[in-house]
Amino acid sequence: MPDRLKDYLAAFDDIPGTRVYTTERARQGYWLNQFCMSLMKPENRERWRADERRYLEDWQLTDAQKEALLARDYNRLLDLGGNIYYLAKVFSTDGLSFVQAVSTMTGMSVEEYQKMMLAGGRSPDGQRSVKEGR
Amino acid sequence: MARITAGLATSHIPLIGVAIDQNRGEEDYFKPILAAYDWTRRWIIQPENKPDVVILIYNDHASAFDMNFIPTFAIGCADSFEPADEGWGRRPVPTVKNHAELAWHIAQSLILDDFDMTIINKMDVDHGLTVPLSAVFGQPKEWPVKVIPLAVNVVTYPVPSGNRCWLLGEAIARAVASFPENLNVQIWGTGGMSHQLQGARAGLINKEWDQRFLDDMTRDPQRLRAIPHIEYLRETGSEGIEMVMWLIMRGALSTQARELHRAYHVPASNTALGHLVLENVE
Repeated sequence: MPDRLKDYLAAFDDIPGTRVYTTERARQGYWLNQFCMSLMKPENRERWRADERRYLEDWQLTDAQKEALLARDYNRLLDLGGNIYYLAKVFSTDGLSFVQAVSTMTGMSVEEYQKMMLAGGRSPDGQRSVKEGR
Repeated sequence: MARITAGLATSHIPLIGVAIDQNRGEEDYFKPILAAYDWTRRWIIQPENKPDVVILIYNDHASAFDMNFIPTFAIGCADSFEPADEGWGRRPVPTVKNHAELAWHIAQSLILDDFDMTIINKMDVDHGLTVPLSAVFGQPKEWPVKVIPLAVNVVTYPVPSGNRCWLLGEAIARAVASFPENLNVQIWGTGGMSHQLQGARAGLINKEWDQRFLDDMTRDPQRLRAIPHIEYLRETGSEGIEMVMWLIMRGALSTQARELHRAYHVPASNTALGHLVLENVE
């Protein structure tokens, strides 16, 4: 059983450009994601917009998490335990759609990303496995 | 006796809700998205098809549940549920009314059948549940069916396996069959199809894989229940895993279930829209 779990989790790291939201990330990102949830309330959104840095002081976040939030560096936030459905509260507060926010993680402009989606999306070829290069 | 007459599968992409709520269905981008449901909208209002109750399998997207509560399988047993404010106000859709007696019956039956359900009374329901209702029923003043919400964790890993989802579906079918009231019940599996909302690989769409999944919902459903998480992740993007929820629906239907309608369209936002209606052939 321990080996089965190890293999199960190890395979996730072989997927290119993807952070699977494991319990390890859930543990690391607990406060980061709970901070995101706080933005579900209009009064909190207002306080956040008024002074982001100050609002973050109320939360037990690491400096790296705080800086990544202020920079809206979503790939970094995923690395630091953020989950995309929680981070969505941050970019929704910024008035961004999923397409707009998601494109910032791909190194493409919003326009390029939208064009790719209209053309049928990103092909899975070469995107399935780092090790196997398929 | 209550009986499951049909199964329905559909994506629950928030943008479908936006198109309907903002009456933007005539825009070129939205036309093919809403057209996916034209057949279903006509079919479901026929008296012989119209369900009394829909068991709606969906996942919460950090709306009712946060990092404090992560139930693998949860069933809503209250009399009603309000649409969630997901951060930009509640969707302008009716309150969801439950068939609480059937919901409690299913909860009890499932637990005795070895499925340790989480029972929820107070919860708001997000786009995962309300978008499929809008796609199929449009903008009524009241939803024309009772809805039993059944929420599945597909966000924090490990999520339940496809096989476990299938077995839950079978147990739901047994639960419904043992309810004495004469009810037409449908089961809806929602989410998917291929999509990835995060990282450098975001935007991934796998039409070939999705099409085979749609085919095998009737042709070879036994293959589908054995698909491991890693295959969903590699082939259909990190959010394609939602398709395990379709297997709860499929597990609740008979082996001979027949496809009545199918639609597939790319893109709807970041996602491949998939939709199926299956008749439960006894």
